[in-house]
Amino acid sequence: MPDPTDLEELRRGTDLVKRGFARMQKGGVIMDVVNPEQAKIAEDAGAVAVMALEAVPADIRKRGGVARMADPADVEEIVNSVSIPVMGKARIGHRTEAQILEAVGVDMIDESEVLTPADNDYHIDKREFTAPFVCGARNLGEALRRIDEGAAMIRTKGEAGTGDVNQAVYHQRTIKGEIRKLEGMTHEEREAYAREIEANADLVHEAADMGRLPVVNFAAGGIATPADAALMMTHDCDGIFVGSGIFGAENPTEMADAIVEAVNHWDDPEALFEISKNLGKSMKGDANVDLPEEEKMQGRGV
Amino acid sequence: MSLVAGVIGVQGNVSEHAAAIERACEREGRAVEVREIRTAGIVPECDVLAMPGGESTTISRLIEREGIAEEVVAHVEAGKPLLATCAGLIVAANDAHDDRVSTLNVLDVTVERNAFGRQKDSFEAPLEVAGLEKPFPAVFIRAPVIDQVGDVEVLATWDGRPVAVRDGPVIATSFHPELTHDDRIHRLAFFE
Repeated sequence: MPDPTDLEELRRGTDLVKRGFARMQKGGVIMDVVNPEQAKIAEDAGAVAVMALEAVPADIRKRGGVARMADPADVEEIVNSVSIPVMGKARIGHRTEAQILEAVGVDMIDESEVLTPADNDYHIDKREFTAPFVCGARNLGEALRRIDEGAAMIRTKGEAGTGDVNQAVYHQRTIKGEIRKLEGMTHEEREAYAREIEANADLVHEAADMGRLPVVNFAAGGIATPADAALMMTHDCDGIFVGSGIFGAENPTEMADAIVEAVNHWDDPEALFEISKNLGKSMKGDANVDLPEEEKMQGRGV
Repeated sequence: MSLVAGVIGVQGNVSEHAAAIERACEREGRAVEVREIRTAGIVPECDVLAMPGGESTTISRLIEREGIAEEVVAHVEAGKPLLATCAGLIVAANDAHDDRVSTLNVLDVTVERNAFGRQKDSFEAPLEVAGLEKPFPAVFIRAPVIDQVGDVEVLATWDGRPVAVRDGPVIATSFHPELTHDDRIHRLAFFE
């Protein structure tokens, strides 16, 4: 048959292509890894992607100091070690770190509050990039501002590195609750609400009409067990990021397997009972209520 | 009697396929009941199946473990339609040159995963497809390439490489017809 390929017609980095990538991750688990060995464990467990980091958030917390993008050589090594997508974290507002990660060839960039913010006033203009971005949010205003800047995926911020799911639940409930409120509003009321939460009105209408965020919405920040992951799915999340919860656990391989299975069976308690058995100790963690305000990461980048 | 359409739902863009099937059936004037399949026992009740895009390592692992894989094979052997897109194409193929993915051997091609490159190489483009009058808006995301075709009909090529094929009741694409609002590939797979 004829091949009428017209390469002039080919378009990369469009919203459809970026958001489409995020959609491929749905129903999946994205795991934080710091080296190729961990990346392979994640891939074997059925992770849909890995997040390549220098240290998991729990260790970033302990270590203190300035948290930056990982060494690109380490990220590249992880990119070359697995067949699933690899993501990398750039500091909030640090366009150059994001450009370097894009040059490395990561499949998605996380503009993340887990790292020390580089810019107090502006996030990265994500529309400039071919690579899609994921950003954290605590509420609808934050989520829609990030989408307006070009984010193709939103995740709850939660409180990273704590192993306490409390804040991820709070942020997801907040976002869902605000969208539910919108659904009962008139057009003018939505416009006023958009001004109140400092969000683009078109995106507010879109979220109201869809009854959800207009991009894929994952849970992140403090997910430490299969039950935590399943809980977040009951809150209508599209998938799960697990940071310190896997390689901070006593048996990372078993924990990784179990969390992937739990996301597939989130609505089946009998299956979750089997999946949750005999996994060894979960990460110890820090309860959110015990954390001093100044140590919380979630307030970074609003 | 309404059509029972199953979407393999362990991971990936499942709701998009479900919505595309509903649109396609509405256009064909057919009542449809769409079921998401995350456990064994549902595939045998389905008239048509879609295997979505997502991560082929994850999807193949979970459908094996849940016992869905063998049901999909039986579905195709019974001559019932299957639409397999992107990761679904990889899982349906004879071989993916990768021991991280166990394939179902219901589609007589071999594929190379991520052969169009990483996400930065992902693209959209209009594509001529045999049997469709106008070009189809094809979205390729870390797409696989069909590197060897057996006894199949090639429906579309991009830059000389097959990206849509038909093998009896199976239609498979490297791209994602479920990501656009164009339901022609779904209608081609299920009603022609």
